[in-house]
Amino acid sequence: MSDTAGRTVLAVEGLDVGAGHTPLLHDVSFSIARGERVGLIGESGSGKSLTALAVMGLLGEGLHARGDVRLSGRTPATRNLLEVGEAEMARLRGDAVSMVFQEPMTALNPTMRVGAQVAEVMRIHGTRDRAGARARAVELLDQVGLPDVAHLARSYPHELSGGQRQRVVLAIALANDPALLICDEPTTALDVTVQATVLDLVVRGVQERDAAMLFITHDLAVVATVCERVLVMYGGRVVEAGPVEQVFADPRHRYTQGLIGASDLTGEQGRRQRAALPTIPGTVPAAGRFPSGCVFRSRCAHETAECATQPGWTPRGAGRVEGPGRAPGGDTQDEGAAGYACFHPAGDAA
Amino acid sequence: MSEVQGAPAGGVADTGRAPAGGSAGRRLNASLVLGGAIVAAVVVLALLSYVWTPYAPMRVLPVEPYQTPNAEHWLGTDRLRRDVLTQILVGARTTLFVGVVAVGVAAVVGVPLGILAAMSPGWLGQLVMRGNDVLLAFPALLLAIMFAALYGGSTRVAMIAIGIATIPAFARITRSGALGVMRTEYVVAARAAGRSPLGIAVRHVLPNVAGLVIVQASVSFAIAILAEAALAYLGLGTPTGQASWGRMLYEAQTTLRSAPHLALIPGAAIALSVLGFNLFGDGLRDWLDPRLEGR
Amino acid sequence: MVLRLLHRAMVFVLSVLAASVLVFAFMRVLPGDPARVALGINASDESVAALREQFGLDRPVVVQYLDWMRGMLTLDPGIEFISKAAIGPQIADRLQVTLILVAASMLLAVVVAVPVGIWMAVRHRHVDGVLMSAASQVGVAIPAFLAGIVLISVFAVRLGWVPSGGWVVPAQDPVGFLQRIVLPSIALAGVQAAVLARYVRSAVLDVLREDYLRTARAKGLRPVQALWRHGLRNAAVPVVTVLGLQLATLLVGAVVIERVFVIPGLGSLLLDSVAQREILTVQTVVMVLVVATLLITFLVDALYLVIDPRLRTGSR
Repeated sequence: MSDTAGRTVLAVEGLDVGAGHTPLLHDVSFSIARGERVGLIGESGSGKSLTALAVMGLLGEGLHARGDVRLSGRTPATRNLLEVGEAEMARLRGDAVSMVFQEPMTALNPTMRVGAQVAEVMRIHGTRDRAGARARAVELLDQVGLPDVAHLARSYPHELSGGQRQRVVLAIALANDPALLICDEPTTALDVTVQATVLDLVVRGVQERDAAMLFITHDLAVVATVCERVLVMYGGRVVEAGPVEQVFADPRHRYTQGLIGASDLTGEQGRRQRAALPTIPGTVPAAGRFPSGCVFRSRCAHETAECATQPGWTPRGAGRVEGPGRAPGGDTQDEGAAGYACFHPAGDAA
Repeated sequence: MSEVQGAPAGGVADTGRAPAGGSAGRRLNASLVLGGAIVAAVVVLALLSYVWTPYAPMRVLPVEPYQTPNAEHWLGTDRLRRDVLTQILVGARTTLFVGVVAVGVAAVVGVPLGILAAMSPGWLGQLVMRGNDVLLAFPALLLAIMFAALYGGSTRVAMIAIGIATIPAFARITRSGALGVMRTEYVVAARAAGRSPLGIAVRHVLPNVAGLVIVQASVSFAIAILAEAALAYLGLGTPTGQASWGRMLYEAQTTLRSAPHLALIPGAAIALSVLGFNLFGDGLRDWLDPRLEGR
Repeated sequence: MVLRLLHRAMVFVLSVLAASVLVFAFMRVLPGDPARVALGINASDESVAALREQFGLDRPVVVQYLDWMRGMLTLDPGIEFISKAAIGPQIADRLQVTLILVAASMLLAVVVAVPVGIWMAVRHRHVDGVLMSAASQVGVAIPAFLAGIVLISVFAVRLGWVPSGGWVVPAQDPVGFLQRIVLPSIALAGVQAAVLARYVRSAVLDVLREDYLRTARAKGLRPVQALWRHGLRNAAVPVVTVLGLQLATLLVGAVVIERVFVIPGLGSLLLDSVAQREILTVQTVVMVLVVATLLITFLVDALYLVIDPRLRTGSR
């Protein structure tokens, strides 16, 4: 549609995902530019991972996606990934786009040496010959900070710690220099002490390759350190988006506000309230049980009759630092770089 | 939903009753219904044979032998001019009787052994399980043949041999279930409170492995039916003159060309009841533990 | 790894010893006099006593046991009570026949069951997968000897394509051998294939849910490739257990099938010995079958170590 600018790596427009007649994602739109790191936050069940899997074309059996997903890696994106066949999608996976999953303990094949698992992704895509792939695998393992890599490449996953395994997964993901790296809570399952190191490796790996990154997490502090821009999801919709500083310092959507209030992000207010962290009342409804209109209204203190209709997208210009260089125009949500969908926004606009 | 799925198998059966139906996630499944229907039908037929059979059991009738199914004899007559339907009905008795005794012997010995192995982590538990492994190398048929060599073939020898050979299956499944129960907080608490091991076994462990044991019983029942039929077929089980499906097969083998139905009818009866008990066991397992559904 | 192998080997040897005591106890210590059984109820006390003395049955039980064990270890378990034929060579001859039959059946079962099981797993939400699964459930319920009888009545009696039974040595008459082994191996393999296919299905279903299979897809492998390269080896671990159990089941199943098809294997020897009340032969054949079963268990354990690197170090 509008990737003429050439800097957009991933453009998602009006993505809907459903299981049978149950809608799970609704009208999700966003884009990521080359070298840009975008966070995707929300409670579990908000549709973050589903968004990532839809982009990867790895939705489980029984799930179907509609909308428009375009990826321009080395070649310009001319086709909607939701419409290309499995064969073409497989050619992109692990090459132009790759993914790091949440659970390192089970993400690696237990019966295969880790070096071979790294080398495999290069062999699949024909990036290197057998010997070259093996040599490069050792290099990559070294780059993700693993010790004694020549020996380590010959070990099996169970001989490695969780942090080490996640580094191996990262090495696999970076092996073919992807244009887009998707990370789904890559540090959630790790010890706090190794989280920072792994995060650093992820950011470094992405920066070195000038790749785009979509970073899924529920940890706002991580987003603040890793990402430049953030998308807030709830109930299968993007409810707010914008530069990290803007969204965190001055949230508009009531859900974002609650999310930030419930986290202990550093900040005057956050510190003062640490004794009793406010929480968002209620729990995330089960899939398909979200209310019509504003998905958050069942838990929102500011709900009015108006909220029974779907709130429109209000773009926010301020603080938009060199957003994805897309041509302006299109529908309002196409302006998704910054904005929110709320009738009773918090902050200045209230 | 997730709470129910997270509970250990039979975890709600704290009171010792079979887990109550109606909790979320537990639905009657096709295997359970179909298997249950077949099992019920076999039981009804066996019971029916006590009060009514078309002709007196094992009676030689003044009619033509080798009749194919007809109005007089619904399933025909055999070489010795006996009514086949009557034999099938009475044979169901033998089949069920062997199954009940064999599975009973196995459960009465195997379940306590399994609990013992789970509750004594030291050498005793090891010994029980190692002994179990050795016994596992004696299949029902082999044991029954051995016994038959000494005591001659009879239904009783067959039942006991099949029962002994089935002990390891019960001991194993009970042990693995009991190990899970021993880790639960209420058992840890009961032990800390100084409750006797026997008390814990009876009050906590047994009720919680009951589901597993019932499923195993159904599956073992099917195996027992197969073993009994094979033994009777080999001439080492139920002797001539008594009705048994395996025996009927054995006697029909010489007339396969002229009267194949004499082999096919008892064969179908065996296969159908084995199918019934297998389905019932599978369905019951899925019903007790919805997590395993579809495996 | 070597240590673990040694440990398993020790367990194997101890199990064989325990099993031998069990067999011996069943046959000799339980009420019932082998000599009396062999000669029949009408035999005179003198002839029974003579036989007891000839075969040392009047010696202490422990001595008899050790004697029997020595015979087993030197592969010469002695001679039969009545016919006086040497037991060892008979067993060797018959074992060959049985092993050929079992191997053919196992091969057939694996060749059929593995692809069918994988198919059932991959298509478990589709009509064909469910139908195949139901068919396998029915297959499990059909006893091998029944399948054998039906096969004989159709292909040997009615159609006359193959002989209804008997045995020829493969080297002497390859065609005749093949004609005679087809039906018994199909009969024996049928149930096993149905059981095996169900296990393969469940193992593959488990693996399909694994995270590393998703990783493999994320690397750019298509679903079938991912299952082939990363799934099957992992699915093999539980399947190998079942294969071992099945091999043992086949050995005993062969006893019945040999009777159905009149094949002179170990099973026929066992049943003939039972009929002729040759207790020593029965006892020895049973022991051979039990040792074979234990040996299979041991080999399966050893095979695990090769398949699953996690077991080599013991940490999981």
